[in-house]
Amino acid sequence: MRSDADLVLSGAEEVVLPKTARLNKLRWHCRRALLELDLVFKRYWERVGDSIDAEEESALRALLAEEDHDLWALVSGKVAPDDVDVVRDNLLAELRRP
Amino acid sequence: MSYTVRKFDAVIVGAGGAGLRAAIQLSEAGMKTAVLTKVFPTRSHTVAAQGGVAASLGNSEEDHWHWHMYDTVKGSDWLGDQDAIEFMCRKANECVIELEHYGMPFDRLDNGRIYQRPFGGHMSNFGEKPVRRSCAAADRTGHAMLHAMYQRNVKANTQFFVEWMALDLIRDAEGDVLGVTAMDMETGEIVVFHSKATIFATGGAGRIYYSSTNAFINTGDGVGMAARAGIPLEDMEFWQFHPTGVAGAGVLITEGVRGEGGILRNSQGERFMERYAPNAKDLASRDVVSRAMVTEINEGRGCGPNKDFVLLDITHLPPETIMKRLPGIHEIAVQFAGVDALKEPIPVVPTCHYQMGGIPTNYSGQVVVPKGDNHSAPVGGFYAAGECACASVHGANRLGTNSLLDLLVFGKSAGETAVNDLKGGALAHKPLPNDAIDRSLARVDRLNNQKSGSNPHETRLEMQRTMQKHAGVFRFKDMLVEGVTKIQKVADDVAQLEIGDKSKVFNTARIEALELENLIEVAKATMVSANARTESRGAHVRDDALDTPETPNGRDDKNWLKHSLWSRDGNQMSYKPVQMKPLTVDTIELKKRAY
Ligand SMILES: Cc1cc2nc3c(=O)[nH]c(=O)nc-3n(C[C@H](O)[C@H](O)[C@H](O)COP(=O)(O)OP(=O)(O)OC[C@H]3O[C@@H](n4cnc5c(N)ncnc54)[C@H](O)[C@@H]3O)c2cc1C
Repeated sequence: MRSDADLVLSGAEEVVLPKTARLNKLRWHCRRALLELDLVFKRYWERVGDSIDAEEESALRALLAEEDHDLWALVSGKVAPDDVDVVRDNLLAELRRP
Repeated sequence: MSYTVRKFDAVIVGAGGAGLRAAIQLSEAGMKTAVLTKVFPTRSHTVAAQGGVAASLGNSEEDHWHWHMYDTVKGSDWLGDQDAIEFMCRKANECVIELEHYGMPFDRLDNGRIYQRPFGGHMSNFGEKPVRRSCAAADRTGHAMLHAMYQRNVKANTQFFVEWMALDLIRDAEGDVLGVTAMDMETGEIVVFHSKATIFATGGAGRIYYSSTNAFINTGDGVGMAARAGIPLEDMEFWQFHPTGVAGAGVLITEGVRGEGGILRNSQGERFMERYAPNAKDLASRDVVSRAMVTEINEGRGCGPNKDFVLLDITHLPPETIMKRLPGIHEIAVQFAGVDALKEPIPVVPTCHYQMGGIPTNYSGQVVVPKGDNHSAPVGGFYAAGECACASVHGANRLGTNSLLDLLVFGKSAGETAVNDLKGGALAHKPLPNDAIDRSLARVDRLNNQKSGSNPHETRLEMQRTMQKHAGVFRFKDMLVEGVTKIQKVADDVAQLEIGDKSKVFNTARIEALELENLIEVAKATMVSANARTESRGAHVRDDALDTPETPNGRDDKNWLKHSLWSRDGNQMSYKPVQMKPLTVDTIELKKRAY
C-alpha cells in the first residue's frame, strides 16, 4: 500500500514510487564500477539509513548520474565542482567524511 | 503458472568488455540480440582497468605476437592452453585496431600511432628484456573501451535490458542451453529469455575473499549459474593476489608506490623484504612480495590489534614527490585507512585481484565439458568470454593487460562462432522444458518464506573470512582440509538465507542474497580445487610443495600438468590435459619459471 506521505516530488520519473522503493533504487544505483565508490556509499548508507530528506535525495540522484571516475574525483576532493550548490556540496562533504 | 517468454537469436548476459564485444559481432550480423546487465553497461567493472591492453603492435620498438605468446605461456606457469594463447596473441593487433576504429581514444605517439608502454612480464625476444606492449587511454582505458563499444552497439540495434539480473541457465534433457531466466529489478518480475545462442560475460567473482580489489558487483553470477546447471568449473584454485590492498578495504595501491621508494615494514618496524629478496627488496615480483607479507603475519609480526596486516611506509618521501608522482594515494589512505600517508604508514594486505579459472571454453568461445572420451565437447548453444570464462589463456597466473585483451579477442570469437552456428542452422529455438522457470521461482520463493534462517550479511562475511584465511596467498595443507569443511558449513547457511525485506521494486536485500548463492559456488570450487592440487604453480602456492630438482618451486609437472574441473554435483574433482600444442608454431617447452 502506498500512502501520499511516501510521495516526494523529486524528478518526474520517481514520483510514482513509494519512498522505500525509491531509496532501494538509489541504493542500487550506488553500485559502481570502482570499489572506492562502493565503499564510500556503503559507509554513507550505514550512517543515513532511511533518514535522507528530499533535497539530499535529489542531490544524490544527480551525483549518481556522473561517470565513475569523475564521481570519485569529486568525492575524494581531487577535483572541485565547477559551481556552487550548497546541498550537493554538503552531500559531498558527508560522503568524504571517513 | 504462466510467465512471459522473450525470444531472441542471442542472449548475452553481461555488458562489460566481453559482453559488449560479443554483442557487436552478433548485432552487426543482423542477429536479434539482447544484452542483460545488472548495472548500466558503462558502470561495469571493466571501467576500473587503467593499465592498458596488450598487443604486439610494435609501434615504439620491435615486437612480435610469438614473443607475446611466449610471455603468456611462461606467465601462466605452463597451465595455459597453447592453442588459445597463440590465437589470442595473433588476434591482438586486429582487435585493438578495430577498437580504434570504434572510436577508442588511445594515447598516441607524435606520428599518430598508438602509444605503448611497458608492463610487468611482457618481454621482447622470448624473455630477453621488457618491451612496450600495453596500449592505454590515459588512466581510463577500461572506461574508454566500454564507451566506444557501447556506442557501436547502440548503432547496431543491440537491445539492452539494463538492471535485469539473470538467475539461472535453462538446459534441456540433451544438455543444450536454451536461454536464461532473469529478474527485472524494477518490478521483481521473473521472465524467460528464450534464445538460440546464450553467451555468458558476467565478469569475475573476486568478492569471495574478505580482501578484494574488486567492486561489489563482482559476484560470479555466470560461474554460479553454470555450476548449478551442471557445467564443471575449470582451474578455480588460481586467483591472482595483489600485494598492496588497503587492509580492511581492499582498495588497490599501485606498484608505483614501491617504485617511488615506498617500504614495507612489520610490527617491529623492520624492512622485512630485505630478508626475502635481498636485491629487489620491496620491488620483487607480486607473488614474492605477497608471500613474504603473509609469512610475516603468520609468524606473529603483523601489525594492529589482530596482527593481521603490514605497513606500507612512504613517510620518508618528500611530500611533493607523493603529491606529484603518486596522485590519488593520499586520498585513498585518508578515506580507507584513516591515515595521513605523509605522516603515518598505510596498513596493507595481499588482496584478491583476478580470477584465472572459470567456465571452460575453447578458443572459439564455445563452452566445453567432458563427454565420453572427449574432454572438451561443446555444449549446444552456450558460449562464454571474459573473466567468467577460462579459455584458458592465463593458466595459473595472468599477466597484467592480458585480461582486457582476453575479453576483446574471446568476446569477438564467441560472437563470431555464435553467428556462424546461427547462420549455419546449427541452432534453433528448441522447445523450452516444462520446468524452465521453476528453479528460479523456487529460489525466490524460498527467500521470501524462510523463517529462522541465516543472516546474509553475516554469512557473506563468514565466507569471505574463511576464503581469506584458508585459501589465501599462501596455502597450508591442514588449513585447506579444514577450509573444505568450513566452506561447506557456510554453504549450508547460504541455503537458509533469510531476508527481512520482501518488497518487489529494487529489493537490494533479495538481489544480494541471490548473488551470495552464486558466490558460494565459486568459493566451494576454489577451496576444493586448491585442497586437491598438491603442487605449487603460479598463483597457487602451497607450503608443503617442496622445491626439488624434479619439482622446481614446488611445481610438479609429472602429476599436475593438467586442468582442474570441479563439479558441484558431489563436490568432486576431475582433470583434463593442458593443450600443449599451439595452432601453427612449436610447443613452448616446459621450463622453470624465473624472471
Ligand atoms: C582495479 C582493477 C584494475 C584492473 N586493471 C586492468 C588493466 O589495466 N588491464 C587489464 O587487462 N585488466 C585489468 N583488470 C582486470 C579486468 O578489468 C577485468 O578482468 C575485466 O574488465 C573483466 O571484464 P568482463 O567483461 O569479463 O566483466 P565485467 O566488466 O566485470 O562485466 C560484467 C558484466 O556482467 C553483468 N552481470 C554480472 N552478473 C549478471 C547477472 N546475473 N545478470 C545480468 N548481468 C550480469 C554486469 O552487470 C556487467 O555488465 C583490472 C581489474 C581490477 C579489479
